Amino acid sequence: MNDIWAGMQAAFRLIFTLDADLVEITLLSLRVSLSALVVASAIALPFGTWLAIRRFRFRRTAIATLNALMGLPPVVVGLIVYLLLSRSGPFGVLGLLFTPTAMIIAQVIIITPLIASITHQAMRELWAEYHDLLISLNTSKRQRVMTLIWDGRRTLMTAALAGFGRAIGEVGAIMIVGGNIDHATRVLTTAIALETGKGDFALALGLGFVLIALALVVNLTIHALSRTEREGTW
Amino acid sequence: MVDPQMSVSLADVVVKRRGKNVLGPINLDLGGAGFTMVIGPNGAGKTTLLKVLHGVERVSGGTVQWTVPDDQARQAQAYVFQSPIMLRRSVRQNLSYPLQLLALPKSEITRRVDQWAGNIGLQDALDSPAPRLSGGEKQKLALGRALIRQPKVLFLDEPCANLDGRSTREIESLLTAAATAGTKIIMTTHDIGQARRLATNILFLLGGSLHESGPASEFFNSPRTSEAKAFLKGDIVE
Repeated sequence: MNDIWAGMQAAFRLIFTLDADLVEITLLSLRVSLSALVVASAIALPFGTWLAIRRFRFRRTAIATLNALMGLPPVVVGLIVYLLLSRSGPFGVLGLLFTPTAMIIAQVIIITPLIASITHQAMRELWAEYHDLLISLNTSKRQRVMTLIWDGRRTLMTAALAGFGRAIGEVGAIMIVGGNIDHATRVLTTAIALETGKGDFALALGLGFVLIALALVVNLTIHALSRTEREGTW
Repeated sequence: MVDPQMSVSLADVVVKRRGKNVLGPINLDLGGAGFTMVIGPNGAGKTTLLKVLHGVERVSGGTVQWTVPDDQARQAQAYVFQSPIMLRRSVRQNLSYPLQLLALPKSEITRRVDQWAGNIGLQDALDSPAPRLSGGEKQKLALGRALIRQPKVLFLDEPCANLDGRSTREIESLLTAAATAGTKIIMTTHDIGQARRLATNILFLLGGSLHESGPASEFFNSPRTSEAKAFLKGDIVE
């Protein structure tokens, strides 16, 4: 109980003194996770929608695989990305290992299946509702995908937020590919892991509270901007 | 007036589901202006025939041949479903959607949306969410969304089912105006009274087969088959 109280005190102290390290770590966390979210959404939203409307031979297998990939172990993803980006790996020449870009790549791999799978579920229902109308209007495949994405945007926002939640809270993969280097690749989750290892539970908890607050603020902001509740019944 | 080239021929058209005939074989030529009403009991194949004509139901055998290329034929058609499908958008956006697909200029879209919102009596609800409209309003919006494209052929699948008398009258009045403006209307109905009021031609289906077809006056005054006579009398026919 003392540790939790001390953690809350540490969190308040860090926030209200605008601790320089905390600000840097928080901004890097946001930069990495939001970048991964944008890239993953650009892939997963059209792909999940396409999967909902397209019939092809191995569709069920593709959907089952996608669902299975939602549970990708982050450390395994981290290890694979590490091997690919290491000096002896095929992309070693790019010199991306232990950079925020490597962390973004790992997070994109982790959250894309999650966003695509939720998108597919949501778009499948919307497609069942719109199918006859869009076929009757002689729409092209691209027009169908765009219509479903636009009309299902609030559900897709939830899918994206689920992806953001997984990305911002992820530690295993980014620890491996980022290296948790101070002032370079240290983010909130890896900093928490480090402080816990050092036995500084108060600081670790403080960073944890900041992480939770950050996730809440981002979610509330996006909900407010997208007016999810006000127009939820559309 | 209706494009004289927009007519369709069905030759030995058959639709099968799970190995069972649900429609056909049907041989039919459809053209000319006015209302063609497709009537018959439940399961007669009315909706299937409408979807075959519109090209959204694949035939298991036979051919459906419009007198213009298929792409042109589809672009010149519109379809209104029995349960209106509303896009999760405002009334205005529902009306403008088919025009955006045609890539019309914004000013033309605005002009037509305002005109059709007035025609269907929803000018005060333009910014309301379409899914929240009443059943009658939804059906009028679906009809407006179909007619705003100025189709040469309009298919309607029991557009007045579950509507009260007032809404039915409003829908019929919109359809009559469209027919007068030159749109060919092909419509299914269970309502014999409605068929009597509107029909120029009748297609009477029973058990997936076309039992009778011809001018409405002939069908109602002197039906040729005993099934048609029984159907008009209000007897149960299967």
